[in-house]
Amino acid sequence: MNDEQLHIAGLTGIELKLPIAGPGSRSYAFIIDWHIRICLSLAWMLAVWLLLRSLHIRAIMPLIGWPALAIYLLYHPVVEILMQGRSPGKRTAGVRLVTRRGGLPSVSAILIRNVFRLLDSAPAFYMIGLSCCMFTRERVRIGDLAAGTVLVLENARAAHVLEIMPGLAVHTGLDPRLVELIQELLERWPSLSSERRAALARELLARAIPAQDRDALAAHGESELRQRLRTVLAGAA
Amino acid sequence: MSEPRAPLANAWLRSRQRSWTQWLRDRQRPRDLPVAEAQRYVERYRALAADLATARRMLPGSATTAALETLYANAHTSIDRSRRQTLAAIGELFRRRIPAVMGALAPTILWIGLLFVLTTAAGYWLVSQYPDLVRLVASGKMIEKVESGQLWTDDIFNITPSSVMSVRILSNNIVVSLFAFCSGVLFGLGAFYITALNGLMFGALLAFTHQHGLDGELLKFVVAHGPVEISVICIAAAAGTALGESLIRPSAPTRRESFQRTASALGPALLACALLLIGCGFIEGFVSPNPHVPFLPRAVIGFGYWIAMVLLLRGGLHAPPAAKL
Repeated sequence: MNDEQLHIAGLTGIELKLPIAGPGSRSYAFIIDWHIRICLSLAWMLAVWLLLRSLHIRAIMPLIGWPALAIYLLYHPVVEILMQGRSPGKRTAGVRLVTRRGGLPSVSAILIRNVFRLLDSAPAFYMIGLSCCMFTRERVRIGDLAAGTVLVLENARAAHVLEIMPGLAVHTGLDPRLVELIQELLERWPSLSSERRAALARELLARAIPAQDRDALAAHGESELRQRLRTVLAGAA
Repeated sequence: MSEPRAPLANAWLRSRQRSWTQWLRDRQRPRDLPVAEAQRYVERYRALAADLATARRMLPGSATTAALETLYANAHTSIDRSRRQTLAAIGELFRRRIPAVMGALAPTILWIGLLFVLTTAAGYWLVSQYPDLVRLVASGKMIEKVESGQLWTDDIFNITPSSVMSVRILSNNIVVSLFAFCSGVLFGLGAFYITALNGLMFGALLAFTHQHGLDGELLKFVVAHGPVEISVICIAAAAGTALGESLIRPSAPTRRESFQRTASALGPALLACALLLIGCGFIEGFVSPNPHVPFLPRAVIGFGYWIAMVLLLRGGLHAPPAAKL
């Protein structure tokens, strides 16, 4: 659980809390983006070579090399501007770039942030940038300090939760937080150990149906417990 | 978990669900909306803030509250954004913002220029006195060529296509300039180091070529691109020094804020530097190594480009007032 949050005064006076992405999420996003830009550059080189291989290599060298280098070097600024502070790697890692006020970074902020990659990536493997991330409160590298940006985590489940939870809670008449727990347990059922999920299911069923005899619940097998949780969510308990 | 409050929470969820679903389906950005619609968007944002406050009180720590936090943050991001970059904004950048930044940087540029001149003189004197020191700044191959009476640049035109060379040169120069700027974060020392190193190298090579009677050839090579290239490196280093100064003597309540403010203010100057270096790269790729271009046209190109640079950075003949960094 990431407890580091960026607290921002919202435009309405209601405070905004954004979970800050740490060096791990940042590195993960970077590695994905790095692979993408390498693949794009190589794809360009291969495509030009295949199309123009009848010509002398010296003639097509500028067409092969420089656009590929441009793709590699300009990938981050261009993609971050077009995707509004995101990139394919950031999206996969569930992070996005915001200003320290929680807003969308401007084009100049994104450019400045990327200029400082020169320093952050020195001497190798983003050592300066990562060290800076580890020692700053908002887990930012020098480029972020200069541009006034912060990398925050995105809640990928938000849309899913808001689409189904209110409906389920209203439908069952149960406490919404209990409904959330039941839904989450059912979603995570295959990844939990047999004893753990059975114990959790019994606990939640006992809360959802207070009249239920605990001894009877103890006698239920795993598949029966799962079925009963589904029945509770269907509102037929 | 307060079970008795469940009916109240459920009634509230039921009343708000439609509004949240509308937020989730809303793909239109507020800047694309007409004014009346945009105002409605802001009203909905306020309602969302109220929902979040209620959820924090009624369902603390729940997934619904966390999801509303995300929805609120996304809505906040789409409202709190800078204005769209239009052609007018780009014109404004070149007419006012770049000249204003350059005006503020002018004294620092002069000091950095002086540092460059002094280190060039130092490099010249050192290699004149101790010729072996040239090995510190020149490769064995370069030294061999000069000793055999040729400049290391002589064959470039025949070996590498000009297009390839100019892009290689301009990308290298842009990286050096940006690095001079970024290294200013080390309280300006990085920018000093890069200026001094370039000055020492230039002076050392001038002295070394002078010893072998090739200094005229070297000057002929650099005269077309050198004035702007050296000026731009000095400007980038001056910007780096200003960045360092923002940390040493913050102009905002915190060093972080001061650093950020200065870096943002200096951004346009860097953009101008990068554009000027693209021009330098092409001159250095197509004109400088071409043995068929005599000295005079080179000098005209070099000083003409330098004057164009001054006019670009001053915003024309009448410079606007300097910015506050």
